[in-house]
Amino acid sequence: MKNEKVSIILAGCIIGIIGSILVFFGNPANMGFCIACFLRDTTGALGLHQAAAVQYIRPEIIGLVLGSFLLAMAKKEFLPRGGSAPLTRFLLGFFVMVGCLMFLGCPFRMILRLAGGDLNAIFGFLGFFGGILAGIFFLNKGYTLKRTYKLPKAEGKAFIGIQAALLILLIAAPAFIHFTEPEGGPGAKHAAIIISLAAGLIVGALAQRTRLCMVGGLRDFVLFREWKLLAGFLAILISALFCNLILTGATSGTYFTLGLAGQPIAHTDGLWNFLGMLLAGFGCVLLGGCPLRQLILSGEGNTDSAITVIGMMVGAAFSHNFGLASSPEGPTANGKIAVLIGIAVVAVIAVMNTFYQKEEGK
Amino acid sequence: MKTLDARGLSCPEPVIMIQKAMKSKEASYEILVDNNTSKENVTRYAEHQGYQVKVTEEGGEYTLSITR
Repeated sequence: MKNEKVSIILAGCIIGIIGSILVFFGNPANMGFCIACFLRDTTGALGLHQAAAVQYIRPEIIGLVLGSFLLAMAKKEFLPRGGSAPLTRFLLGFFVMVGCLMFLGCPFRMILRLAGGDLNAIFGFLGFFGGILAGIFFLNKGYTLKRTYKLPKAEGKAFIGIQAALLILLIAAPAFIHFTEPEGGPGAKHAAIIISLAAGLIVGALAQRTRLCMVGGLRDFVLFREWKLLAGFLAILISALFCNLILTGATSGTYFTLGLAGQPIAHTDGLWNFLGMLLAGFGCVLLGGCPLRQLILSGEGNTDSAITVIGMMVGAAFSHNFGLASSPEGPTANGKIAVLIGIAVVAVIAVMNTFYQKEEGK
Repeated sequence: MKTLDARGLSCPEPVIMIQKAMKSKEASYEILVDNNTSKENVTRYAEHQGYQVKVTEEGGEYTLSITR
């Protein structure tokens, strides 16, 4: 069991370095990885929202799923599963995305923002932790989305096929795929395809192997005093922080600025950073894992997680079509209403699947 | 001995099941799981609680025999 902790700390260190270096290679600042932002960019590239600044098929997402898939195949852990409340998971994924786009980042980017000196992420972290505690309350009372069932191989591989198709669309770049114009916003900032794809593959494989999960870290520590996943979380933070400091010293760019104001792709509204991540943390505990973990599980053939990812993409499309997503200027009125609705919906899902499901039988 | 069926459930649910069951302080438990993550997590938890775990696999399903 000691080995497990050593390997997740090593994996976390490598992931933190990759997260930091991707910015050096061209990704947006403090956004070496952001599952929420990258799914949103891909959604935009497919034309499902029209926010011209954030449209790009992110190869990191494709790499994460394929990296997990390839390693799962090699380790005989590719097991097509599904049927555990898919529509509920779709809704949870949808609102997790609404929460992430209020804060401007998924839990993974929250760590990378902290590692870049963005203190707004502390408010996000506190909300995230609060949301996890809310989820744990229901878990302890018996919350469950019931069991999954074995599915045919083809069903498990469908999502892998979708990722392969996205990779072809990215490389072929037909006119109907939208790409943010150069200097046109975060969507225009990206590392070369091959670098992004390789980064995704490596992180996907490492996360599959170690079961890394940003939500699981805090959840398991509170529930069982088990700090394996938390160690991975902390390793990412520390290694990305060191790598950012080294890059700032060794290159002409700035990869670390301590403070609240003027942080890259972030706003300073503490309350809504808190509430956005509270929604994300709460929803993720009910889903059983953070957005990164959902991608990894999709790669292992879990179609419930694949539905969750699609729910997140639909959430991203709604967020930009209806002006819910924040911008560096701050949250929007629509976004605030959506986050409050999201917290209410997630709470109803938690209550329904904790207290009102026992007599229905299996 | 208490037998628990955690097949198809994703973590942390299987671990919460064994955690709750262990409140009755029985000498042995048996829990069925059907994925590696649950197997690892339940094993880790039980070992932390001072139990010994023996795993037998059959057709992709694992039976964890947990004894003092």
